[in-house]
Amino acid sequence: MNAQLINPFIKATLNVLETMAFIKSKPQKPFLKKDNVAKGDVSSIIGLSGESKGTISITFTEPCILSIVSNMFGETMSELNHEVMDAVGEIANMVSGQARQALESEGKVLYAAVPTMIKGKDHTISHKTTAPIMAVPFQTDYGEFTIEVCFED
Amino acid sequence: MPLDLNMNVLVVDDFLTMRRILKNILKQVGFKTMDEAEDGAQALDMIKNADPQFDLIIADWNMPKMTGIELLKAIRADPELKHLPVIMVTAEAQKSRVLEAVQAGVSNYIVKPFTADTVKTKLEQVFK
Repeated sequence: MNAQLINPFIKATLNVLETMAFIKSKPQKPFLKKDNVAKGDVSSIIGLSGESKGTISITFTEPCILSIVSNMFGETMSELNHEVMDAVGEIANMVSGQARQALESEGKVLYAAVPTMIKGKDHTISHKTTAPIMAVPFQTDYGEFTIEVCFED
Repeated sequence: MPLDLNMNVLVVDDFLTMRRILKNILKQVGFKTMDEAEDGAQALDMIKNADPQFDLIIADWNMPKMTGIELLKAIRADPELKHLPVIMVTAEAQKSRVLEAVQAGVSNYIVKPFTADTVKTKLEQVFK
C-alpha cells in the first residue's frame, strides 16, 4: 500500500473531530499493524471500492468516544449505548467522505459502503484484503483512538 | 421567501446522530417545529400527508430504501411539492455528486462535517 494514502484520512479525522465535537487530536507515529485486535472499545469499519479496494476503520477507547459524543450532542453520554454506536458510524462516514474528496482531487475515485459498528474489549477488525494495515494512533485530552487504513495498492 | 422560524422542518437521515445534531442546530437558530424521518421513502410519505405541510426538507444523501437524491427528484417531479426547498447534507463532497444534486434542483448543499454557522449561512442563502 502506498503510505501516502493514509494522509487524507489523518487530515479528515482531525477536521471531523474538531468541527463536530470541538476536540483537538494529535496524530502519533503511524505503524504497520500485525494483528486484527482493535486498540480500543468501539470501532466502525467502512469498505471502500473503486480504483482500489480496501477498508478503513476507526477505534475509540470508551472515555474518548464518550467525551466526543457528549460534545457532539451537547449532553453528557455515560455509556456505550446505541446512540454512541450510531455516532461512531457517523464519524467514520464523515472521515471517509472527506478523505475520499481529497483522494478524488488527486485522481483516485473511491466509493464507500455503509459503516458497520462493533464494540467490546479486544474485539477484532477484519479488513477486506490481506494487504498491510497502516495504523495511526491519536491522542486527545480525553483518551486515545486509532485509525486503520488497508488498501490493496 | 424570507426565513420564518415558524416553518415546519423535516430532517431526513438514517443516522440518529445527524438528525439529533441538525435538530439541535435548528433549535439554536430558533426553529420551533421539527420532525424527522429515517429514509427517503418515509420522508416522502410524511411530506405527502403532512398537515400542516412541511416548509423545508433537510436530507442526507446515502440512505436505505430511498436515497436523498431520489427523494429530491420525487419532490421536484410532483406538481404539488416541486417548490419545496430541499437542502442536502452529506459526507459526499465529490464534485460529481454536487453537480448531480444541482441538476436535480437542490436548494443548497451542506458538506459534513459542518458547524452551526455553516448551517445558518446555508439557510440564509435559501431564504433571502
